[in-house]
Amino acid sequence: MPNMIVCVKQIADPEAPAGSFRVDEAANQVVAAGGVSQVVSPFDEQAVEAALRIKDTHGGKITAISLGKNFVMDVIKKPLSMGSDDLVLLQDAAFEGADSRSTAYALAMAIKKVGEYDVIFCGRQAADWDAGQVGSGIAELLGIPSVTVAKKVEFLDGKVKVERVTSDGYEVIEVSTPVLITISNELGEPRYPKLKGIMAAAKKEVPTWTAQDIGADASQLGAAGTRIKLLKVFQPVKEGKCEIIEGESPEEAAANLALKLREAKLL
Amino acid sequence: MADNKGVMICGEITEGKLAPITAELLGGGRKLADTLGEELSAVLIGSGIGDLATEAIAFGADKVFVVDDPLLEDYRTDSYVAVMEKIVKEVSPNIVLMGQTAMGRDLAPRLAFRLDTATSMDCLDLSIDPDSKLLLQTRSVYGGNAMGTYVCEGTKPQIATVRAKAMDPMGKDDSRKGEVVTIDAGLDPSMIRTTVVDKVKEEVEGIKLEDADVIVTGGRGMGSGEAFQELEALAKLLGAAVGSTRPPCDNGWVPAAMQVGLTGKIVSPTLYIAVAVSGASQHMAGCSGAKNIIAINKDAEANIFNEARFGIVGDYKKVLPAFTEKVKNLLAG
Repeated sequence: MPNMIVCVKQIADPEAPAGSFRVDEAANQVVAAGGVSQVVSPFDEQAVEAALRIKDTHGGKITAISLGKNFVMDVIKKPLSMGSDDLVLLQDAAFEGADSRSTAYALAMAIKKVGEYDVIFCGRQAADWDAGQVGSGIAELLGIPSVTVAKKVEFLDGKVKVERVTSDGYEVIEVSTPVLITISNELGEPRYPKLKGIMAAAKKEVPTWTAQDIGADASQLGAAGTRIKLLKVFQPVKEGKCEIIEGESPEEAAANLALKLREAKLL
Repeated sequence: MADNKGVMICGEITEGKLAPITAELLGGGRKLADTLGEELSAVLIGSGIGDLATEAIAFGADKVFVVDDPLLEDYRTDSYVAVMEKIVKEVSPNIVLMGQTAMGRDLAPRLAFRLDTATSMDCLDLSIDPDSKLLLQTRSVYGGNAMGTYVCEGTKPQIATVRAKAMDPMGKDDSRKGEVVTIDAGLDPSMIRTTVVDKVKEEVEGIKLEDADVIVTGGRGMGSGEAFQELEALAKLLGAAVGSTRPPCDNGWVPAAMQVGLTGKIVSPTLYIAVAVSGASQHMAGCSGAKNIIAINKDAEANIFNEARFGIVGDYKKVLPAFTEKVKNLLAG
């Protein structure tokens, strides 16, 4: 039975309406409006779903790991309520100010502490900074193969069969375990937690590991371990001058739009 | 580290031809190389590369490194990372650019981690800081809700992937001269840990989204896969490709290959007709290069109206048939 690890991140809901995100220039950060809730990054939820689908047929154990701060327990426990067995939180001032490099390092060290694993799942990218590097980085640091942007994963004995999304379809890849796989949205909707799962997750004790707990080298963690610097964040100004085409009826508006496009030489 | 010199692009070959992203990388790379007063090189990895090196020179490369080996016929993480690692160590480039493609988004992070340097993914703009001479890497963050400019100060090479159509290719000039250098792949087949057992094409029939001059796209508000047939009818009249936002793909209404957006296709048509599309940033990231966006949406507050040139606030079920009919008349007459 496979041992699986899923890396998940808590972020501000990326599906919040455009305009909910503002740039705080002084802090060099993107901030979400007050009403925007915290969620598990959607690609990471799909990574949990990919692991659960394997567990549905093969059994095994799923350990979710999340690195972050200001965890909202109801939110970050979602992998548990969906059906994962364990959740470990990584929280320590030493992890803060990280880039993809130092994030992957901390997660790789935590994965080593978890111990045995056959498949590690990550979302293809976190839906906040969209960096898309941590999964491949963990695989490189652990010295294991990786398959990125997958839409289907089947567990076979000692290996996995992965459908990897390409520009004109997908390729089917076989690879021996242990392996790291990043999951894309084409996997499909993740399952909703059942009440029983939510109740069990609420009761579940969740350990928090610090830099010391995972035996990490402080010089490779957080801000100290970064290889890239964010100079500035900004929001491009949008002109937003749409000409609304009117009509007595929707049908007339439609005809007027066609005439307008002809006038503008777009037809 | 101070010895790292030159801008290197990692080209892509599809079906025996240079992929469009290769010329775009050469166009963008040429500007950076000229600003720095350094050389522009291209790496071409594959099997049976033939004359493509000459073509890369015509598109702006001063030097082309050709790595031709049957083991490199298809992209594999292990083999391509190993080849790029070898070349980068031999050549010591200052900057390495790749496409934000199925290949580049897989290759760049693993290469950066192996070389203990950094990469910025999906850059929209690259420039050289006049003081530090370092590469300023600007990319969209938060699903296109904001932009971030990054710099890699302590390590080389500086690696970035570039979004399709973000850089302009130069005109092809067959009189350009350059040097072609053949490099031995030096691969041990046993180090390639993945096997591709099948390749499945899901390309939708007709014109490719990336090449289309007119695109008709449906969003979540279409409500079903059947509803997309109405878009097909309009698309057929206009010689357009049909696209989709993410939800219809994730719901299985339409194939994933139809997705336009941050995690789908990047398109830049002259005319982009968005039907029942809300205009989420993640979608707009894929079509912000469209010259004229037309929106049909029943929600007057939808973000798509902030992006569109012309729009109708109304139910597409009423608007679209009448619009298609009028277009038909106009084109006939």
